[in-house]
Amino acid sequence: MSTISRDEVAHLAGLARLAVSEEELDTFAGQLDVILDSVARVGEVAADEIPPTSHAVPVTNVFRTDEVRPGLSRREALAGAPATEENRFRVPRILNEEA
Amino acid sequence: MSSTTSVPDGPGSTELTGLAASELAAKIAAGEVSAVEVTRAHLDRIEAIEPAVHAFLHVDREAALDAARRADEQRANGTPASPLAGVPLALKDVLTTTDMPTTCGSRMLEGWTPPYDSTVAARLRDAGVVILGKTNMDEFAMGSSTENSAFGPTRNPWDTDRIPGGSGGGSSAALAAFEAPLAIGTDTGGSIRQPAAVTGTVGVKPTYGGVSRYGLVAFSSSLDQAGPCGRTVLDAAMLHEVIAGHDVMDSTSVAAPVPKVTAAAREGAGGDLRGVRVGVVREFGGEGYQQGVRDSFRTAVDTLTSLGAEVVEVSCPHFEYALGAYYLIAPSECSSNLARFDAMRYGLRVGDDGTRSTEEVMSLTREQGFGPEVKRRIMLGTYALSSGYYDAYYGQAQKVRTLITRDFDAAFGQVDVLVSPTTPTTAFRIGERVDDPMAMYRADLCTIPSNLAGNASMSVPSGLSTEDGMPVGLQIMAPAMADDRLYRVGAAYEAARDAASEVPLLDRVPRLEVA
Repeated sequence: MSTISRDEVAHLAGLARLAVSEEELDTFAGQLDVILDSVARVGEVAADEIPPTSHAVPVTNVFRTDEVRPGLSRREALAGAPATEENRFRVPRILNEEA
Repeated sequence: MSSTTSVPDGPGSTELTGLAASELAAKIAAGEVSAVEVTRAHLDRIEAIEPAVHAFLHVDREAALDAARRADEQRANGTPASPLAGVPLALKDVLTTTDMPTTCGSRMLEGWTPPYDSTVAARLRDAGVVILGKTNMDEFAMGSSTENSAFGPTRNPWDTDRIPGGSGGGSSAALAAFEAPLAIGTDTGGSIRQPAAVTGTVGVKPTYGGVSRYGLVAFSSSLDQAGPCGRTVLDAAMLHEVIAGHDVMDSTSVAAPVPKVTAAAREGAGGDLRGVRVGVVREFGGEGYQQGVRDSFRTAVDTLTSLGAEVVEVSCPHFEYALGAYYLIAPSECSSNLARFDAMRYGLRVGDDGTRSTEEVMSLTREQGFGPEVKRRIMLGTYALSSGYYDAYYGQAQKVRTLITRDFDAAFGQVDVLVSPTTPTTAFRIGERVDDPMAMYRADLCTIPSNLAGNASMSVPSGLSTEDGMPVGLQIMAPAMADDRLYRVGAAYEAARDAASEVPLLDRVPRLEVA
């Protein structure tokens, strides 16, 4: 019995914004199934009373004084952009309106 | 320039590229050789053998020579920047640099030059270390073979049909091929130590938080750690002291003094381990391990005993669950971290033809920009974090992380350091595991526990495997912020290993010749 179906992989790819091909769906479904079967062993030992660890060292908020500091210039910030317009990032349409 | 029949200064030669970083540093400091000469020798070697190795994604000859000239000037003025001033280094392409591209081995970032330097790069520059270029890696540091690089695999200098480890295979290969005496790696599940083991070099994953992650492109933030790589334990120690230490730009950076690792390496080289308690991890090294790896490990343990160490067996019963926990935690964090590659502010953008929506452009870009392993892990993490599965997968993995930390705590209550083989096998052949993700993942079986617990860990070469003549690594693990213990034990072992062998280990690397 497989842990993860082809449809579920398609759903995951959608959530992760990956336009995977039909062929990839078949490959990934098989591979993710094998991996999940293997890693599911963690359930064998992780009893209720064990607290979870999210980080190896205790992490607490680190504060600094709220002062203005030099940052990237507009030119530096835009230097790696795939598209710019009027000194701003140009992005594809974000609303479903007719052009 | 791609055809030479022999290389001017191959391994084993007394030429500059054959020397350790500590030796080069001493010669530069004494004025016996200039940083420019040292840098040029390494650049020439890179030019001669890169077609056979492909350790680098980017080499900047002019920038390297400029940095070397500055180091020479500072020395002439009596103000050398550090003990490693003028010594060349290979930097893994996951650390940002303002003067060179940073691709992480991915089409997603092809040609991208970051607007700021990582703290590691900045500290190297401040120390007068000469950055030769950026090294190849598995895409976004996900992999154990460097075959997941979008720009082609790196080859192991010991046998160019085999992998150099991963994800930092470019850095380890550059060392073993004598293209650089020092390198920087990053280690999320073994990406410094496993490449070191399979190339006969030294690699250290410092205590989590010991080296700043600022400018280290994130894969799994609670596990990622940059560290030093070299051909000797002393070289790694000297580099460790250059890059380590608290950084206000990384909120998980540890605000404590850097362990005295160079002093520990020098002390260790004296070869006296009396009073040091060494624990052999019972769960690592039995069935499923290559015979040559087991034999090499047993000989290494005997050597530690002969140096006066008190060796006992220690059980870490939950280590066998570490691999499963890792392949839930790391993909979960990766699925979140890599969401930043959205085709909007930097990097690749595909399909923006004026008709497609932002969401469609994002999906097309990520489909074309990421390779199969990155996609696999993003989907695995998305699954493990999704409602309904979170408790069964990610939640359980975090509990296992607690159990593994407790195993380490109990073990370090009995011994000063733990030892195991670094990897279950020597370097496998290129292509051998690409279609079997679980087989690939098992390369990190022994290295992962130290990432989950955050303690310090080193791989030091323990000779060659009898079946295939490929290098084997001895893993040494120490408690958090006790990185100095790795260097003391590692240097003692290294000295004894070399004393017992007729030829230094790396002098046995085949001469690489380009047809």
